[in-house]
Amino acid sequence: MKKFEKLTSQVVPLPIENIDTDQIIPARFLKATTREGFGDNLFRDWRFDSNNQPKADFVMNNPTYRGKILVAGKNFGCGSSREHAAWAIQDYGFDVVISSFFADIFKGNALNNGVLPIQVTDEFLQQIFNVVFANPQASLTVDLEAQTVRIDETGESYTFEINPYKKSCLINGYDDIDFILSHKHLIEEFEKNR
Amino acid sequence: MGKTLVEKIWDAHVVKREEGFPDILYIDTHLIHEVTSPQAFDGLRKRGLPVFRPQQTVATADHNVPTLNQHLPIQEELSRYQVDMLTKNTKEFGIELYGLGHPYQGIVHVIGPELGITQPGKTMVCGDSHTSTHGAFGAIAFGIGTSQVEQVFATQCLLQQKPKTMKIEVNGKLAKGVGAKDIILYIISKISAAGGTGYFVEYAGSAIRSLSMEGRMTICNMSIEMGARGGLIAPDQTTFDYVYGREFAPKGEEWDKALAYWKTLYSDEDAQFDAVLEYDAADIQPMITYGTNPGMGIGITEPIPATTAQPESERPSYEKALNYMGFQDSEPLLGKPVDYVFIGSCTNSRIEDLREVASFVQGKKKAEGVEVWIVPGSKQVEAQAKKEGIDKIFEEAGFMLREPGCSACLGMNEDKIPAGKYCVSTSNRNFEGRQGPNARTMLASPLTAAAAAVTGRIVDVRELLN
Ligand code: SF4
Repeated sequence: MKKFEKLTSQVVPLPIENIDTDQIIPARFLKATTREGFGDNLFRDWRFDSNNQPKADFVMNNPTYRGKILVAGKNFGCGSSREHAAWAIQDYGFDVVISSFFADIFKGNALNNGVLPIQVTDEFLQQIFNVVFANPQASLTVDLEAQTVRIDETGESYTFEINPYKKSCLINGYDDIDFILSHKHLIEEFEKNR
Repeated sequence: MGKTLVEKIWDAHVVKREEGFPDILYIDTHLIHEVTSPQAFDGLRKRGLPVFRPQQTVATADHNVPTLNQHLPIQEELSRYQVDMLTKNTKEFGIELYGLGHPYQGIVHVIGPELGITQPGKTMVCGDSHTSTHGAFGAIAFGIGTSQVEQVFATQCLLQQKPKTMKIEVNGKLAKGVGAKDIILYIISKISAAGGTGYFVEYAGSAIRSLSMEGRMTICNMSIEMGARGGLIAPDQTTFDYVYGREFAPKGEEWDKALAYWKTLYSDEDAQFDAVLEYDAADIQPMITYGTNPGMGIGITEPIPATTAQPESERPSYEKALNYMGFQDSEPLLGKPVDYVFIGSCTNSRIEDLREVASFVQGKKKAEGVEVWIVPGSKQVEAQAKKEGIDKIFEEAGFMLREPGCSACLGMNEDKIPAGKYCVSTSNRNFEGRQGPNARTMLASPLTAAAAAVTGRIVDVRELLN
C-alpha cells in the first residue's frame, strides 16, 4: 500500500445522503474475478445513461470538479458489506472520503484498501460544501499525522478521530498484510514452538 | 480466574498481542471455494507473494456447481469460469483441490469434518459465513471477507479483536420428532436474528451433550443467523469417536498426544461469560419459520404472531415480510400447501440427515404436485447413501437424489425455487429471494421437511411418528 502523505487537493462534492453500496458499485459488476477496473464503474448509474453516455449533469462528469477527495452527505456506504465499493473508490483515484457519518463496514473496508474516511460534523461538512460550490477551485488539506482537515480558503480546521493502529498503517504505507508480515519471524517462531 | 473454551483456544493461537492493536491470530486451517477466493489470489500475484502455508489450505468447488450431470462441462458461463479459475489458482499456488469429479468434493463445511480436517482446538476460517459449523468440534471457526482471505493466504494469520463470549445452555430431554435444527431455530426465535451480535457462543447443557456430531454441526452452523461471529461446543467422547480414524485425523502416537490436549478443552467452572442464557429442551417443539429472517420462527402448532404484538417501529418490516410470504398475521401454518421440499445445505445434508429422512419415508410416497430435491453435502455422503440403499428408498418415494453442492440453499446455480412458490427447506436462510427471485422459504428440520414432502402440507411430524 502506498504511504499516506499530507494531502492538499480540490474536491468532488456529492451532497447526497445515504449513498449505498449499490449506488457506489451496482451489483451487476460484482461478477468480476479481479479487483481492477472497478473505478470505471464507480457510481455507474449516476455517471452514465443506459446508452453508456456520460450524463452531463453529474458532478464527476463536470471537469470543474476534480481531485483526490470525495465529499459526500451523511451515512455514506450503507447497504451490503461488499468490499467492491471501497475497491471502486480507490481504483477511481480517491484517497480520502469525507462525510458526517459512515456505515461501519464501509469504513473498515476503506481503511483496509488505503482510503481514508474522515468523519466530520454536519456543520463542518456544510461549510465544505458552501466553500466548494462558491469556488470549485477551493482546496482542502488533510494532515493525517495531526488528524486535521483544513478548508484552505477560510483556514478553518477540524480534528478527526482514527483508530491508532489504522493510522500507523496509513502513515507507514502498511496494510494488514504488510503489518503481519513485518512480524514474520514471530509467526515462524510460533509454528516451531507448538 | 478460569478461562472459557474460546479464551483457551484463542490465547493458544496469539502470535502477538500488543496494547492498542488487534491480536495477530494464527490460523491452523484455511478452507476456500470458488466464489470468494479469486480476488485474493489476484492480490497475492500483485504483491508477488506465495501462499505462506499451502499445506494448511484446502479447496473445493461447491457454491455454484450444478447438482445434475456433474461429469459434463458446467453450462452456466460465469459458474464455469469461477470453477476454472479455482482450478488454475490452486495449481499455481500449490493448494489441494477437491474439485468436481473428486471423491472428496462437497460443501466446504461438510467435507472438513468428514475428512477429519476439522479437529478440536483448531482455528479455522473460510470466506463463507457458515464456517461456524466447525465449532461443533470445539474449534474456533468463523467466516471472513475476501481481503482477509488474502491475509491468511499471505501470512496464515489474521488481525482480530478478541470477541465477547456468550454461553447458551439447553438442558433436559428432547421430545420425539424434535432435533438439533429445532433447538437452534427455537433459540434464534427467542433471541432474534441480531441477538448474538459481537459474541462467540458456547452451547452447553445436557440436551446439547446428547446430540450426535451431525446435530452439533447443525446448531453451530446457524450461530451466524443470530448475528454471532461463531459458535462452539466443548469436545467430548462423541467428538473424539467421530474424528478417530478419519483420513486427516492424527494417527498413533500423534493421536494420543492430540487426545490428551483435546481433553483440556472446556470452559473452567469459574470462567466468566459476558452473557449467559438458559433454555429447557422440554419447551421445544418442531419449529418452522414464517417470515424472511431466521429469527421469525414458531413451534409448528403455533399461529404466526400478531403484527400488533411487534414493537411499533418494526411493524412495517414485519408486514412486508408476511406480505412477501403471502401469510396473514395470527393464522396457523399447519395445513398450508407446499410446492417444493429442499433437503440439503451445510446445515442438514449429512449422512445422518439422509438416514433420518429415509427411515421416515420408507414405504411412503411423496404427495402429488410436490417437487422434492435431496442434495447430499458431499460425494462421500452420496456414496454412503447409495451403499446403504437410501437412494432406492428415495427413488421409490419419488424424491430426487441429486449430486453434491450448495444448490437451492442460495440458488447460485440452476437450482432455484420459482417465484411465489413455497419451499420447506432444511437450509439456514429464508431471506427474500435467497432461493430464487420471490421464492418463499420456510426453514425446518429434515423430519418436518420429509413430512411436508409426503403430505404436501405443513404438518406436525410428531403425529406421523409411531
Ligand atoms: S450450503 Fe448454503 S450456507 Fe452452506 S456454504 Fe453453501 S451457500 Fe453457504
